[in-house]
Amino acid sequence: MRAFSLKSISLDGYLTNKLFVFSIAILPFLRLFYLALNDKLTAHPIEFIEHSTGFWSLTILLVLLLLTPIRQIFKLNKQIRLKRMLGLFVFFYAFLHVLTYLWLDYDFNYDEIAKDVIKHPRILVGFIAFILLIPLAATSNNASIKRLGASWLKLHSLVYLVAILAVTHFWMLVKRDIREPLIFAMVLFLLLAVRVYFRFLAKQGRPS
Amino acid sequence: MNPKKDIAPSDLTPREVFESRRDFIKKAGVGLIASTALLLNCPISAATPKNTNLSSRKLKAISTAYGKGEKLTSYEDVTSYNNFYEFGSDKSEPAINAKLFKTQPWTLTVEGEVRKSKTIAMEDILKLAPLEERIYRMRCVEGWSMVIPWVGLPLSELIKWAEPTGNAKYVEFISLEDKQQMPGQNIPLIDWPYTEGLRMDEAMNPLTILAVGLYGEVLPNQNGAPLRLVVPWKYGFKGAKSIVSIRFTEKQPVSSWMKISPKEYGFYANVNPNVEHPRWSQSTERRIGSGLFSSRIKTQMFNGYADQVGHMYSGLDLKRNF
Repeated sequence: MRAFSLKSISLDGYLTNKLFVFSIAILPFLRLFYLALNDKLTAHPIEFIEHSTGFWSLTILLVLLLLTPIRQIFKLNKQIRLKRMLGLFVFFYAFLHVLTYLWLDYDFNYDEIAKDVIKHPRILVGFIAFILLIPLAATSNNASIKRLGASWLKLHSLVYLVAILAVTHFWMLVKRDIREPLIFAMVLFLLLAVRVYFRFLAKQGRPS
Repeated sequence: MNPKKDIAPSDLTPREVFESRRDFIKKAGVGLIASTALLLNCPISAATPKNTNLSSRKLKAISTAYGKGEKLTSYEDVTSYNNFYEFGSDKSEPAINAKLFKTQPWTLTVEGEVRKSKTIAMEDILKLAPLEERIYRMRCVEGWSMVIPWVGLPLSELIKWAEPTGNAKYVEFISLEDKQQMPGQNIPLIDWPYTEGLRMDEAMNPLTILAVGLYGEVLPNQNGAPLRLVVPWKYGFKGAKSIVSIRFTEKQPVSSWMKISPKEYGFYANVNPNVEHPRWSQSTERRIGSGLFSSRIKTQMFNGYADQVGHMYSGLDLKRNF
């Protein structure tokens, strides 16, 4: 996680907000520790950790995607500057999710993992989503933003694809009760629809 | 070939007792002597139960050789991680939502290709044959497994009582439908009631039991009380729970999961590491309770019961008939 810099202290309470959001976003991680120490990770702890980290990665991703529409709808001029931290949390939980699968579940047995990925489309979809997240996390620093310029935005629009893949991955896991992934899919659809709408408005308003 | 090597009848050992026996064995470090004693069903003095008050939940059952030496999945895990959609689709839900489920009185109806449809009360089912303890591996289609000490009676005993006609080629099991008591049934995840089916020879196989208990006690509600099917060489979903009716048919019945997704769930659903499932690995499995840092184990053909059941499928293409 990026260290807090003194520069970011400002009168608008930015640092306070950041600390607050950080404290909330780290809770699912601390909860896993608490449950592990108290032997409360259910009968199938590995599955529990996989589901929990996957759920929170996706949830934080949707919260992140909600920030821009909020700004647009409420016509806030101020940039919401928590995106980078939330984005890194998305990656953090996705990383734990994948690590749990590779290490705890499959003991880094690459033969078995390869078989699993090839035979089960949901694993493949999840893997693609994670791999696409890596360049986004790697270029989340200021230097990269400066260096990449306009192409940074282009690169980071991959986040929409990641979100679609991640929801699909979740949906494909569920045997029968699709209510939870359906909620995720509907929220994601709304968030994407709002973006399309604002893009359309922007084009309309632009003098030809 | 008789896989059943019965040991002298005795009261089934209550859970606390053999758990304390295990402790004793570990502590004393005389595993060999102790396990020999256990095998011969000799009483171990150190393991005499302190509390001899048997509550009404305790069941008397004959100890059998099935699963001797297997490490049992803990009672806690067996009773808190359940696929029982009638009480919720999350595995933690049945233990909560089935608490008040009424299993008394309970009757079972036999119908279809039988000499005469009839109904039997739960108490009378228990009198059809002496109860036996069967320690079986259970492999779920989702890639996890448990070892469960069931208490039950061979399904064949009930079938004999039911007097099926010569037309009976299959047996269909129908679970309870009761939206008042089973909150999960208010959601149309399954075309309620839940049904499952077996071929007649599978149903008559000595491994197939109707379970009425586990760990020496009456079946906990979340595990399918008061009466459920256990077919250890098939994926767990074949084990219909809270059964109210058994129907003998000439044609192969269509089970609930076959209706939902015929590509994923076949009629046979034999545990088979060579037939992949689109979602979960079937070549390996995770044993529940093995800890965070243990490896997956290889799934065995027919869940390791090939010697007892393999002959029923000779000549059947198991890849097509999954």
